[in-house]
Amino acid sequence: MRIAEHWINGAVLIGIAALPLWALFIDEPFTITLVTRAVILALAAVGLNIVLGFGGLVSFGHAVFFGLGGYAMGILAYHAQTYTVLDLGFFTTEGTKSMPIIWLVAMGISAIAAFFIGLLCLRTSGVYFIMITLAFGQMFYYFAISWAQYGGEDGLSIYVRNGFPGLNTLVPIQFFGICFALLCLVLILKARLQRAPFGLALNALRQSEARVATMGLNPMRIKLLAFVLSGAITGLAGALFADLNRFVSPAMFSWQFSGELIVLIIIGGVGRLMGPVIGACVFVALEHFLGGLTDFWHVYLGLILLGIVLFGRGGLLGLLTGKEGAHV
Amino acid sequence: MSDAAPILETRHLSKSFGALKATDDVSITLQPGEIHAIIGPNGAGKSTLIQQICGALRPDTGNVVLDGRDISGLSTQARARAGLGRTFQVSQLCMEDSVLENALLGAVGAQGAAWRFWRRALETAELRATAEAALARVGLSDEAATRCANLSHGARRQLEVAMALTLRPRAFIMDEPMAGMGAAGSKRLTGLLDGLRQEAPILLVEHDMDAVFALADRISVLVYGKIIATGSAQEIRSSRAVREAYLGDAE
Ligand SMILES: Nc1ncnc2c1ncn2[C@@H]1O[C@H](COP(=O)(O)OP(=O)(O)O)[C@@H](O)[C@H]1O
Ligand SMILES: [Mg+2]
Repeated sequence: MRIAEHWINGAVLIGIAALPLWALFIDEPFTITLVTRAVILALAAVGLNIVLGFGGLVSFGHAVFFGLGGYAMGILAYHAQTYTVLDLGFFTTEGTKSMPIIWLVAMGISAIAAFFIGLLCLRTSGVYFIMITLAFGQMFYYFAISWAQYGGEDGLSIYVRNGFPGLNTLVPIQFFGICFALLCLVLILKARLQRAPFGLALNALRQSEARVATMGLNPMRIKLLAFVLSGAITGLAGALFADLNRFVSPAMFSWQFSGELIVLIIIGGVGRLMGPVIGACVFVALEHFLGGLTDFWHVYLGLILLGIVLFGRGGLLGLLTGKEGAHV
Repeated sequence: MSDAAPILETRHLSKSFGALKATDDVSITLQPGEIHAIIGPNGAGKSTLIQQICGALRPDTGNVVLDGRDISGLSTQARARAGLGRTFQVSQLCMEDSVLENALLGAVGAQGAAWRFWRRALETAELRATAEAALARVGLSDEAATRCANLSHGARRQLEVAMALTLRPRAFIMDEPMAGMGAAGSKRLTGLLDGLRQEAPILLVEHDMDAVFALADRISVLVYGKIIATGSAQEIRSSRAVREAYLGDAE
């Protein structure tokens, strides 16, 4: 079975948009929340896929950016809901309940963190890169646990979902619409980036760093910018995830979450535009249906993963399109 | 020829790997318009020398000078921008990409265009022009759409040269461009390199003696990291020291 990739991509996006509408029609709000969750995880993984799929850098620490996005939302909303002042020394604020501002802060902080983490980690490669990104993830995780002011181990609850001008974000379908629109926007940007000179250079870097340097291009700067873009997108997803649950906790920083992101990219197809999206949908569906039947659903996830790694490195997308070589 | 200022020069380069002296006080020049061949047995230190010139390896002592400017402290990418066009002994190409995309990467480097995020590289006229001109020059225009992994070995060697060409370098540094090529392929590439020296001089490391004697204005012989002789093809052929150290056991 070989289907052109853009048909599959279109069908998946239409499916993701249609399912919540149908759920709305039959009055099943939980399904809407489930799909929203898949969309947000997809967004986080699309971010990771910039460095993992195109740059060939297996970051085992992307939960850092997911968590930073989540805590950016949590902290800003916490100060707004308790009418307390956040004093950073050089800057004070009373927090905010406005999503667009929270998104910008989440992306900005994630980007800054990605810059410094990248500066240190990107000098290594292979297993060392995996290990050092993992170590950064654990560092943030333990910091969050001990950060008593913002709930420590218990996390922070936000009572009312943050607002978006002109919409009622408490209505599940409207919040879904926001998340889905952001995912589509990021996918469009990513599709452009991939074929622009920057994408060409990043793609070449995965294949031969010596070649890229010999062409007068600075490998470190290209990797660093990719890492920053990647972190910012995953940070945005973190802010949305916190808003979906109205709750942030150190679990957002956990290495398990970093691993899940990698797993769902592998399931969908490494280095493919829609790989993470398909992977996220499959992941959330399995978690929901198998998770309802057995506590050991991760075993089945593991089996699926094993099958994909053994029988086709192109993931589900590779299987459907009959193409193993991604990156096109 | 030696009165003109050299384009590229190494001054007393030395490099050891533990007890092994891979480069031993090597001083060579590359004059405008010439092909300067470096020959020597396997393991003599030819690739190591090239890596030090291009910035992939740091010499223990000595300098690399391009157009009178000491480039010893520069990174590989800065040396490429300063004018070194390198080809690799083992092809370094983007195997998953098309021939044109590989050449485009060169164009992106040449034009410092890596920080563009929106317009497709394939649809950017000035990038395409550079890439296509280089492919045409090496005779790969018909293969532009071929995936690099499906390219014949000879065509990969040509693509290596095309990518160096996109940079419009001040000097070409080529590490065994004929390696693994058949007779016909070697001959075609010899013709191509012959014409290239007018654009920029070539420092040519090569095992193919027919190509070396056909192309080289000067030949230097490297044995155990040391230059033991430099001269014209005629002088090298008739040098006793060279025959004993190198040519003798080749025949
Ligand atoms: N990175 C390295 N570490 C240790 N020894 C090396 C390294 N690179 C090359 N060598 C040794 O240096 C010598 C010269 O190698 P090379 O420059 O590749 O020779 P050539 O290109 O002339 O065949 C060889 O003996 C090789 O084994
Ligand atoms: Mg060699």
